Amino acid sequence: MSSINDFAFKIATVNGTGSASANSLLMQAIFRMGIPVSGKNVFPSNIQGLPTWYEIRVSKHGYTARPSEMDLVVALNPETYAKDVAAVRPGGYLLYDSSWPLNDALRREGITILGVPFGTMCVEAFEGDRARTLMRNIAYAGALAALLKIDMDLVGSMLNEKFAKKRALLDSNFKAIKLGYDYAMAHFDCPLSFHLDRMDATSDWILLDGNSACGLGAVFAGATVGAWYPITPSTSLMEAFKEYAERYRVDKATGQRKYCLIQAEDELAAAGMVLGAGWAGARAFTSTAGPGISLMSEFVGLGYYAEIPGVFVDVQRTGPSTGMPTRTQQGDLLSIAYLSHGDTKHIALFPANPEECFYLMVQAFDLAERFQSPVFVVTDLDIGMNDWMCRRLKWDDSYRPDRGKVLGPAELAEVKKFARYADTGGGIPARTLPGVHPKGAYFTRGSGHTSQATYTEDSDEYREVMDRLARKLATAADAVPEPEIDAQDGAALGIISIGGCHAAVREALQQLRAEGIAADYMRIRGFPFGKSVGAFLAQHRRCFVVEQNRDAQLRSLLAIETGTSPEKMIPVLDYGGLPLAAGYVVSEISRQLRLLQQQSVASGELTGAYVGGAMRGVE
Amino acid sequence: MTSIQKPPVRHPSLQQNALGLTKRDYEGAMSTLCAGCGHDSVTAALVQAFWELDVPPHRAAKLSGIGCSSKTTAYFMKQSHGFNAVHGRMPAVATGANAANKNLVYIGISGDGDSLSIGLGQFCHAIRRNVNLLYVLENNGVYGLTKGQFSASADIGSKSKGGEANVQPPIDPVLLALTLGATFVARSFSGDKAQLVPILKAGLRHQGFGLIDIISPCVTFNDHEASTKSYRFTRQHQTEMTAVDFVPLRREITADSETDGAGTVSVTMHDNTVVRLRKVAEDYNPTDRDAAYAHIRAMQQKKEIATGLLYIDSSGNDMHAVNRTVDRPLVEIPFAELCPGSNALDSLMEEFR
Repeated sequence: MSSINDFAFKIATVNGTGSASANSLLMQAIFRMGIPVSGKNVFPSNIQGLPTWYEIRVSKHGYTARPSEMDLVVALNPETYAKDVAAVRPGGYLLYDSSWPLNDALRREGITILGVPFGTMCVEAFEGDRARTLMRNIAYAGALAALLKIDMDLVGSMLNEKFAKKRALLDSNFKAIKLGYDYAMAHFDCPLSFHLDRMDATSDWILLDGNSACGLGAVFAGATVGAWYPITPSTSLMEAFKEYAERYRVDKATGQRKYCLIQAEDELAAAGMVLGAGWAGARAFTSTAGPGISLMSEFVGLGYYAEIPGVFVDVQRTGPSTGMPTRTQQGDLLSIAYLSHGDTKHIALFPANPEECFYLMVQAFDLAERFQSPVFVVTDLDIGMNDWMCRRLKWDDSYRPDRGKVLGPAELAEVKKFARYADTGGGIPARTLPGVHPKGAYFTRGSGHTSQATYTEDSDEYREVMDRLARKLATAADAVPEPEIDAQDGAALGIISIGGCHAAVREALQQLRAEGIAADYMRIRGFPFGKSVGAFLAQHRRCFVVEQNRDAQLRSLLAIETGTSPEKMIPVLDYGGLPLAAGYVVSEISRQLRLLQQQSVASGELTGAYVGGAMRGVE
Repeated sequence: MTSIQKPPVRHPSLQQNALGLTKRDYEGAMSTLCAGCGHDSVTAALVQAFWELDVPPHRAAKLSGIGCSSKTTAYFMKQSHGFNAVHGRMPAVATGANAANKNLVYIGISGDGDSLSIGLGQFCHAIRRNVNLLYVLENNGVYGLTKGQFSASADIGSKSKGGEANVQPPIDPVLLALTLGATFVARSFSGDKAQLVPILKAGLRHQGFGLIDIISPCVTFNDHEASTKSYRFTRQHQTEMTAVDFVPLRREITADSETDGAGTVSVTMHDNTVVRLRKVAEDYNPTDRDAAYAHIRAMQQKKEIATGLLYIDSSGNDMHAVNRTVDRPLVEIPFAELCPGSNALDSLMEEFR
């Protein structure tokens, strides 16, 4: 099979041995050759020693989802040989370190096995165990450059950029890469049938991870207080905020900071700090993952009831409990929607990629202040920690923060008596900030309160505030981002998805349509669901709901919130912890469609009745 | 109901402070605590302290957790923003609020259950961060709202109303704060307003975390014979280490005009006010952390309660000094100074290629 700019390969190494820099070098080189590329880091919860993989997909069509099969696997970790050799597609290639005899685990019919003596070459060329190990993990990049036709001049200039001030490192890295490159050129028929060829498809694009995008979004949105507790996979989000705040928010003359970043003692405290800062008038946020969300639930309930703005980013990882900290999932959807005890409901935004992380992060601060409530930005490990190809981020300088209904000193001077929790329209009350005006003072509490912010145990007074809160969240449903809808003329079949599934579902949709299955697509972007979500469900006879958790949480939310019968929504679930691949979506939807067809035949219904004649191409 | 509105009766001859406000202007809603509760005396002392310091009520922020003590933020300064947070989590809310607006006067009111059990972690970390906050711990050794369980500050052998003896060792917030590096540590007694008011004033002026542990007896559940947190026991066993003379700016006596005698220690606060400590116990040094710790501990062995301003270090850096935050409160910085803008973003994009 000859395919130019359309293949995938992965590298299996041991965590902590320096392969990360080789992998990002490879990906960046392909990107700079103008070819669409994406990388998925599959890494362990470990500092050194456990297996790690890096998957790179090259797609001239611009598909960025995790690949369904591997054309080439670089197997440098004996512990995972069996798994790695099995991952090669029939007719594909395996690259191994031939310093040692071929391990039995690596033998397989129907694939081509290529050996490069990386270890031996590096022992001869470098001094010291650490350097030899590290350089072995750079050398494979050279072999791949030869096999896949990566521009070596480009690699050289990238190394120059990276090690501009570290001459010795530059020399040794380039030497290692050359070792791998020259060996492959001399011993193999380079390039392989699948390889790279320069394109011009990336000049308007960047490589960006969602955590950096969220951190950057917080800086641009004017957030001044960040409070957090380190947790995988959200840690790099606050580190990004710190990096950009240090760059853009430090007074040049005094060295003083226009932000306050607090590493809290736990997620409970982090959430409390966000609410304290929001109450005092700052744009404040935290980033966490599922275990942190569980701890924050107490304060989030307070934020909902006492009506305090704050942005909470959940970079989801595999649950329940500690789960698999370095694997991805969408397992927090239900808990976030109604987090905390009592009647609560929260505004949540679901970016599908790092680009959207940036913009939705800004919008989250606006919504938090307009609705005086915690707002969640829900991403996942795949979006948060992997580099995605995104369009260059743009900023509109006419943007002004939506601070919501905040009464200033002039307005307060006019007010006869300020009622903090009275409806001023759409269920939204007016708020005041401490220190502004004596007439603005009120008592913030999580206990029962009246529209005047006084304590109450009276049923009617309690219900007045609770009913207004319900109205407020109903108003929010119309203010959160609309779903992205891609409709075909008259398709009776719908596919619904959310967040990081988008890339794979979008690709799957193209394949399904190519196979003659007409389907409309809706990607959820906000909660509470706006009217168009219910309308989409109503317009389609059957909907597949694609999500990454075991219990079909999005499907449950859709059933609860829109009243749609669960029968009508068929779950497509992928919850093993790896980013979603389009192949799985296609095969699962095809399989379910066949089942439906069989059922309808068995029950005497007309063939294809469920899917409205959209069954062409499916048996 | 946790609060009852007070009748708006004003006496024309009430004394005014520098802002032209009377003490009535520093009061809050009517207390719903039990008659004789130590916490109400603390509230009265707070009213006095804020009034004497001429703090504009709307420039103060009152924060608390959950429990009898935490209700008291509603009973003073009704023109201040108040925040009744969740149980044991007042320090986090205060930390966030202070991060956002450092120019307000922050007072946190908590109790022994709120601070030493459910909120022990937050209490410790607020001290570590040296958040500029006066932390008032109204300590009665008992859970009142849930009707009489021992708290973590109950002494071994102290008995409940039903006669059961506490068997677990107490957590002493004063000793704990000293080990954690607190820069202002005091202990007082709700029944000793003369001692309490100057300490509160000094604590409000302290730049950083100030802890005042106030023995504040629970008349309903822990004021009986066999209790070590009763009015009687506290009166009999408290020994004043230092007496505080708080010298506010406008009546400042310069160090030159009055030299410290052997029995006096003067500490100049961040805002140049002076706290003068008269050493009642001659051998006590309130500026030596380790010596103070040893002294208080030794007294505890003899069942004596050391009170007064027990330790002070006015040179410490508060959270914002450590963070190097700008002088303006963060909430007052205009958006244009916070957002890097399109040009910055455009050039940043080159780094992602």
